[in-house]
Amino acid sequence: MSVSAVFVLDLKGKVLICRNYKGDVDMAEIDHFMPLLMQHEEEGLICPVVSHGNVHFMWIKHSNLFLVSTTNKNSNASLVYSFLYKLVEVFTEYFKELEEESIQDNFVVVYELLDELMDFGFPQTTDSKILQEYITQEGAKLEVAKSKVPTTVTNAVSWRSEGIKYKKNEVFIDVIESINVLVNANGSVMSSDIVGSIKLKTMLSGMPELRLGLNDRVLFALTGRDKGKTVVMEDVKFHQCVRLSRFESDRTISFIPPDGESELMSYRINTHVKPLIWIESVIEKFSHSRVEIMVKAKGQFKKQSVANNVEVRVPVPSDADSPKFKTSTGNAKYVPEKNQVVWTIKSFPGGKEFLMRAHFGLPSVENEELEGKPPITVKFEIPYFTVSGIQVRYMKIIEKSGYQALPWVRYITQSGDYQLRTNT
Amino acid sequence: MTDSKYFTTTKKGEIFELKAELNSDKKEKKKEAVKKVIASMTVGKDVSALFPDVVNCMQTDNLELKKLVYLYLMNYAKSQPDMAIMAVNTFVKDCEDPNPLIRALAVRTMGCIRVDKITEYLCEPLRKCLKDEDPYVRKTAAVCVAKLHDINAQLVEDQGFLDTLKDLISDSNPMVVANAVAALSEIAESHPNSNLMDLNPQTMNKLLTALNECTEWGQIFILDCLANYTPRDDRESQSICERVTPRLSHANSAVVLSAVKVLMKFMEMLPKDLDYYGTLLKKLAPPLVTLLSAEPELQYVALRNINLIVQRRPEILKHEMKVFYVKYNDPIYVKLEKLDIMIRLASQANIAQVLAELKEYATEVDVDFVRKAVRAIGRCAIKVEQSAERCVSTLLDLIQTKVNYVVQEAIVVIKDIFRKYPNKYESVIATLCENLDSLDEPEARAAMIWIVGEYAERIDNADELLESFLEGFHDESTQVQLQLLTAIVKLFLKKPTETQELVQQVLSLATQDSDNPDLRDRGYIYWRLLSTDPVAAKEVVLAEKPLISEETDLIEPTLLEELICHIGTLASVYHKPPSAFVEGNHGVQHKGLPGSAGSAESESPDAVSAGAATEAPAAVIPSQGDLLGDLLNLDLTPPATTGPLPHSGGMQMGAMDLLGGGLDSLMGAGFGAPPAAMPPAFSAPVSGSLYDLFDLDNGVGMPLGSFCPPKTVWLPAMKAKGLEISGTFVRHAGVIQMEMTITNKAMSVMTGFAIQFNRNSFGLAPAGPIQVPSPLSPNQNIEVSLPLNTVGPVMKMEPLNNLQVKKTLVVFLFRQVFLATWKDIPNENESQFQIKDCHLNSDAASNKLQSINIFTIAERTVDGQDMLYQSMKLTNGIWALAELKVQAGNPNYTVSLKCRAPEVSQCVFQSYEAVLKN
Repeated sequence: MSVSAVFVLDLKGKVLICRNYKGDVDMAEIDHFMPLLMQHEEEGLICPVVSHGNVHFMWIKHSNLFLVSTTNKNSNASLVYSFLYKLVEVFTEYFKELEEESIQDNFVVVYELLDELMDFGFPQTTDSKILQEYITQEGAKLEVAKSKVPTTVTNAVSWRSEGIKYKKNEVFIDVIESINVLVNANGSVMSSDIVGSIKLKTMLSGMPELRLGLNDRVLFALTGRDKGKTVVMEDVKFHQCVRLSRFESDRTISFIPPDGESELMSYRINTHVKPLIWIESVIEKFSHSRVEIMVKAKGQFKKQSVANNVEVRVPVPSDADSPKFKTSTGNAKYVPEKNQVVWTIKSFPGGKEFLMRAHFGLPSVENEELEGKPPITVKFEIPYFTVSGIQVRYMKIIEKSGYQALPWVRYITQSGDYQLRTNT
Repeated sequence: MTDSKYFTTTKKGEIFELKAELNSDKKEKKKEAVKKVIASMTVGKDVSALFPDVVNCMQTDNLELKKLVYLYLMNYAKSQPDMAIMAVNTFVKDCEDPNPLIRALAVRTMGCIRVDKITEYLCEPLRKCLKDEDPYVRKTAAVCVAKLHDINAQLVEDQGFLDTLKDLISDSNPMVVANAVAALSEIAESHPNSNLMDLNPQTMNKLLTALNECTEWGQIFILDCLANYTPRDDRESQSICERVTPRLSHANSAVVLSAVKVLMKFMEMLPKDLDYYGTLLKKLAPPLVTLLSAEPELQYVALRNINLIVQRRPEILKHEMKVFYVKYNDPIYVKLEKLDIMIRLASQANIAQVLAELKEYATEVDVDFVRKAVRAIGRCAIKVEQSAERCVSTLLDLIQTKVNYVVQEAIVVIKDIFRKYPNKYESVIATLCENLDSLDEPEARAAMIWIVGEYAERIDNADELLESFLEGFHDESTQVQLQLLTAIVKLFLKKPTETQELVQQVLSLATQDSDNPDLRDRGYIYWRLLSTDPVAAKEVVLAEKPLISEETDLIEPTLLEELICHIGTLASVYHKPPSAFVEGNHGVQHKGLPGSAGSAESESPDAVSAGAATEAPAAVIPSQGDLLGDLLNLDLTPPATTGPLPHSGGMQMGAMDLLGGGLDSLMGAGFGAPPAAMPPAFSAPVSGSLYDLFDLDNGVGMPLGSFCPPKTVWLPAMKAKGLEISGTFVRHAGVIQMEMTITNKAMSVMTGFAIQFNRNSFGLAPAGPIQVPSPLSPNQNIEVSLPLNTVGPVMKMEPLNNLQVKKTLVVFLFRQVFLATWKDIPNENESQFQIKDCHLNSDAASNKLQSINIFTIAERTVDGQDMLYQSMKLTNGIWALAELKVQAGNPNYTVSLKCRAPEVSQCVFQSYEAVLKN
């Protein structure tokens, strides 16, 4: 069904730690992995699945590590990759940074976790908050936890333990919308969508029942009753705490939240919104002499709103030199290691327009290497604003002890994958 | 303080020191020592020598230490099976520990110790743990059953663990249910015939209930298990779909894909006019699109599966083109997959945007990606007729960039466009010709040569162009050589006056100076064709080609159906059948999509022939051959004694196959969807059954009654929507019959059988219509016997060893005639073979051969060798003469064969060998 063994390798392919779950694949097979990967890389045919004979390696890379699983069966590939990413998530929560050093520094816990996360190739409990209740980094604590029965592991509510206590009961709700835009070189918008996410920071005692209410516009759209001025949510994904079948029947988002930070739901909206920051660029390349860049940025959002920390990254040829800039606002900086000009504007009010000019010299000898055509990318954050118009109407919190709890809501819109192609 | 300190001790005598520490009285010191041991194990040092000392530490109330010792045991127990027994007691004890964590840990670890001796001690603790009050222990024990089954399946069955496991499906705890399902599926997978997962509506209900409550992974186990179920009717199907759809909103991509798998499968059962069917279709698109914002590896898995889904149900994603646009920072494997899907979704509605995108990609720097983008433009042209013109002009723009590999790819696809829209875009040929010199890849060169040959009459200097390729003929790849040969022959047929020299040159290069049998064969065929009958040659070589089809590289439908049932798995990522992942020979269950209710889809194989075998009357006009023969300096005078060679115009099909190896794929596509390519084409199976046929002939001549070669599978069910045909040829009472067993391995009823024979080497054709009692219900098989005659048109097949020699018609040749004929056949047509280890004298050999209608005409003895002169005639009129040398006391015979058609020599020889050794 799934995984025969899991390996953590360093960049050279040396095994740092491994766990054999099924014993049906020779553990020495891993020695073939790195040479094969290098070979594929050379041929430019890199692929997340590598096979050697009847052994298949599914791998991901994280900082200076490779996480590799082996199998000789027709495994569920999506499950394997999900699991490998989950592994990264759990390790990161345990060790802050997941890298070669942290694996070595914590090998005992890593073994314990590998033992608990998967059994015979089947992923088991992978919720790091619950794991932290009975697998701890210091042995001393363990003596105390020892007698504790891990009920949460097998409970229907496997993401929240009982007996959590807070002096002040609060929930912080962040509504974050990321804008993905792809604009063609001739200025037409090829695709644009909004990926939204509602994040919770829960500081509530006991086992509270929560119900989230969104504004009518959104809910009507979900049921498809109103085709007017609604937010058409293409797809909604929920944290496992949300009762999916209930949502399916009456559109109620009800749940017992995990403690601390979590992503409650995410959604995708496929609307043709105007790109919030519009870029016009003229990049003129005069071979053997110079490159001239003119970039105009325009804020296409409400005048009351302000975009913060705006960053416009403009590609320049790798052999460009002696940069000169002129900006109507903000700062322009040449980042040679990325072959980019980065234009930063701390505060960018809606409706305003700014200009940046850059001038680079080019060597008289033509660069022989072919260069790609990287797009211009833009980063920004607009607080107190959502493009979709989604709003949290209420958050009902009911706990049997009957305490009063306060929900706090914040909205922010930011850039996601925001690319504008250029002509040169 | 971190654990890394444990890795630092590398001095000598370490093992000895560790031993001492392990036996220390101090708990802390012991624990430190075990950690050091595990650290050494982690870096790959062999610390198995410490086995007894480590096991001694096992009895501890320190959970962390216990876990480390267990870990050590799992690693080394296999190498120290005898000592592993030492640990059994502690395991058994731990299985009864008051702490469920320890009970579970013990039962989990015991299952991982793959030592036979331990397994018997495992049974009792496992039985208890399966009934443990704590669900954490039960869910661990459930998996342990699968582990034990893997080590000793019989034991698990004898102990009744499988039943206990099945009971756990009704457990109150969803996590236990999920693990029980996972364990059962795992066991069922390795034992496909065990009827473990007999899913019935009751268990389905339990599973669907548990689905709402268990962890994300448990949901995947359950969904994957549900996918194996076949609902009884469309109502059940719908109710399952309704309960599975909420999973599409799960944050875990793997849950979503498994849910998609279940829905895609069960949808087959729903009537298409049902409202719910349409709703479901609409619900599937958004989650699939969202998968594209997952991590790149998951995106890749999703894209490979979307590729399948789009082929099966194009309507789901037809409006979602945009999301497949390639982003600059996508990994290359994601880019290439997105391109593939873009082509599949291309339609008249979106073609303008798609083309703009593709053109953008074609100017990128990643060579593989650019190539694929250029190819994609060509495929769009073929797929969306309205866009063809724009595509061609885009390609021309790209050719102007003069980027070498772009130009080459463009020329390859333009050739395909010419095949699809003949006589439409020839104006671009001039531009193509300008780039002739820059082509260095075989495929591009072959494509260009094909274009020049095909449009020779419109290219003024076609002869010069082709001649320039001819200079380095022997350095070219086979693909180019074959194409060049064909192109020059075409040119000659179009402009015979100026190109004689060229055609002679290429024919001699192909036939005399080449070692490549394909090239030689094709050369000879052209040569003979041209020399005997230029009109026929024209008809053959310049015949109208079937148009290539729109959709290329579609996955064959049965495979596609099977892959849909395996969405999310490696099989669906590789697009290979799941059976490819099974080691050894144990059977594999083929999953197929259930048939739709009510409307039996017309999957009956009445479209037996590929439909492309255009019948052209065998027009033989030999009289005009003389002129050409003179041109080619060939002796064309037919020998008086033999009949005309079988060089009829009926070679249409075979000759078309010859029109360029590069076109083979196109031809394949042109001949219709793969599953329809039914056995009457017979080329594949026949090569294997050649010997059988000869055996058959032996049998017929002998008094013992007819021998029937065993049936071989001609058409596997996988390739023909569940229709399997196996068969053989026999001869009863002088009539050749084709015996077939037709089995319906599909889910639905098949009706309306028909058979059509493609032209073949023997003129075999059915003597009557095929009698198949229809309908043929699923899993039914029937025996069909079809009488054949040999009056059908004769066609030479590639490869030539498909020639089945039927030595039935017999003509005696007088001695003189034999000699004359022998001399008449050019010497290059003579071939010699050795038959080894044959212990017959010449008379016996002669008799044996006579039994298959090879007749001895003369006999003489030279230097103690018996020389037998023999003749035979094949059903298709080919004569063969043979000289058999038999030396007394030497078991090795020598056969010299002479035949006008040297291609059959090998077959004749094989029949000789088969007969003489029988």
